[in-house]
Amino acid sequence: MAILGALVFCVVGSFAYVGGWLSPGLLTPGRFADGFQEVFGVHPGFRRNHAKGLCVGGYFESNGQGARLSKASVFEPGRVAVTGRFSLAGGQPFAADGPAAVRGFGLRFEPRYGGQWRTAMVDIPVFAVGTPEGFYDQLLASKIDPATGKPDPAKMTAFLAAHPETVRAITIIKAKPFSSGFANATFNGLNVFRFTNAAGDTTPVRWSMVPVDAFAPEGPADAQDKNYLFDALIARLRRGPVQWHMIITIGQPGDPTDDATLPWPDTREHLDVGTLTLDSVAAEAPGNCRDINFDPLVLPDGIAPSDDPLLSARSAVYSQSFTRRAGETKEPSAVTPAEVGQ
Amino acid sequence: MSGSERVTRWTGNGQFALPSRILHWTMAAMVLTMLFIGVAMVASLADYHLLVSIHRPLGIAILVLVIIRYVNRKLNSPPEFIATMPPEERIAAHYSELLMYAMMFAMPLIGWGMLSAARYPIVLFGPIHLPPILPHSLMLYAVLRKTHTIVAYLFFATFIAHFSGVLFHTLIMRDGLIDRMVPWRVRGPEINPP
Repeated sequence: MAILGALVFCVVGSFAYVGGWLSPGLLTPGRFADGFQEVFGVHPGFRRNHAKGLCVGGYFESNGQGARLSKASVFEPGRVAVTGRFSLAGGQPFAADGPAAVRGFGLRFEPRYGGQWRTAMVDIPVFAVGTPEGFYDQLLASKIDPATGKPDPAKMTAFLAAHPETVRAITIIKAKPFSSGFANATFNGLNVFRFTNAAGDTTPVRWSMVPVDAFAPEGPADAQDKNYLFDALIARLRRGPVQWHMIITIGQPGDPTDDATLPWPDTREHLDVGTLTLDSVAAEAPGNCRDINFDPLVLPDGIAPSDDPLLSARSAVYSQSFTRRAGETKEPSAVTPAEVGQ
Repeated sequence: MSGSERVTRWTGNGQFALPSRILHWTMAAMVLTMLFIGVAMVASLADYHLLVSIHRPLGIAILVLVIIRYVNRKLNSPPEFIATMPPEERIAAHYSELLMYAMMFAMPLIGWGMLSAARYPIVLFGPIHLPPILPHSLMLYAVLRKTHTIVAYLFFATFIAHFSGVLFHTLIMRDGLIDRMVPWRVRGPEINPP
């Protein structure tokens, strides 16, 4: 009987162990999502991060150059439909637009015969943290103290003291001026991925969407319009399609692939693989970009993750956020259909 | 049943048919692996992507095998229950078998369905992917996702009951119940050693 008990205990015990129930301090996707909720509050139906957003649609016209690096069907010459979502970092779905928030761009490429690709990019050149644990600690350190309306400076100082890579990354981020809006911003994939071509050659790469619209420096927040960044994008799209060049940066042996805080040298080859054209816009609604998880690890054959620890963690936490909001009652987004002119 | 009693190990037709035994052990390993991967991946940041990449094709492999297994179950009847099993245990064994078949069918279908409702591509490996089987609906995804977890725990509990029952027969009663399912050939009926 003792042997029986021991065997059953071992199986149940190892099940509980791998399920994380025996490790209360473990940083799990669920605990990560709890962290967002602790800092930003719970806003049912909305993403736990990049909560405020707007849907766009259009197409990517590949020039065929990318096929040199990746066998993904997206890079064959021709058009692929895309669905996108512009967003502001942070978990407040009704926050006022402002210069402080990092802008996000989620994009889903939809080749007709499979090989779907999703990416979630931001308008900063490198990421401020290199590990999921760093991200979590930074998140909690940036929590607004209700007494002062600002993050506790002591917590942020302690975080930066423990994370010299973040101090270096912030210097790089601040050195590059931000653009005036979504349409003229450069969006970067940040993490390194691996492209594999038809011959089986694998190359470490990063990618960026470089705008065709002329750069204009960022101005102060518009006190009259809480949604001035989104409204400017809507107005811009009414005047005509907005375009970006998709630029692949090709890594060399020795370039760091596992640390999103480290940029690659400017001398790396940049390959223009095609043009992204956005020509439609819609408020978040059932079945559109609102209901897509822009999980950066939804990758086609020919694109694979690097050894960057942020990637699997992003996938896990995005999925956790998606699952939580999927079951919640939805309310209209801050940027409404009326605002979009639907 | 006291240990001194001489017990007939089998009273029926002996072992399960060879295909049944192969399917049983192959799928036992796969299902148990799936249950462990399932709870591990929802708790893991670092291994989430790798585990999900295994979870999807392994689940579909189980779906294919359970169809084969169901056909095999119709073709190869199981041996009769052994004499040491009282009627209520036979009823429990019968229904737990039914339940496990139902769950082996349901779990991959719920998984496939929930990924469909969320509009995730259902990639097996490389460019091989499955079509969506349900419309794009977040609420549908939420319900199926929850169901997937609940059925997984029910499956694990049923497995533990099955495992404990077989261990009880094997270690305590020593009636050779497990010989009916072992992959190798065992001839019966035999007499339990004193």
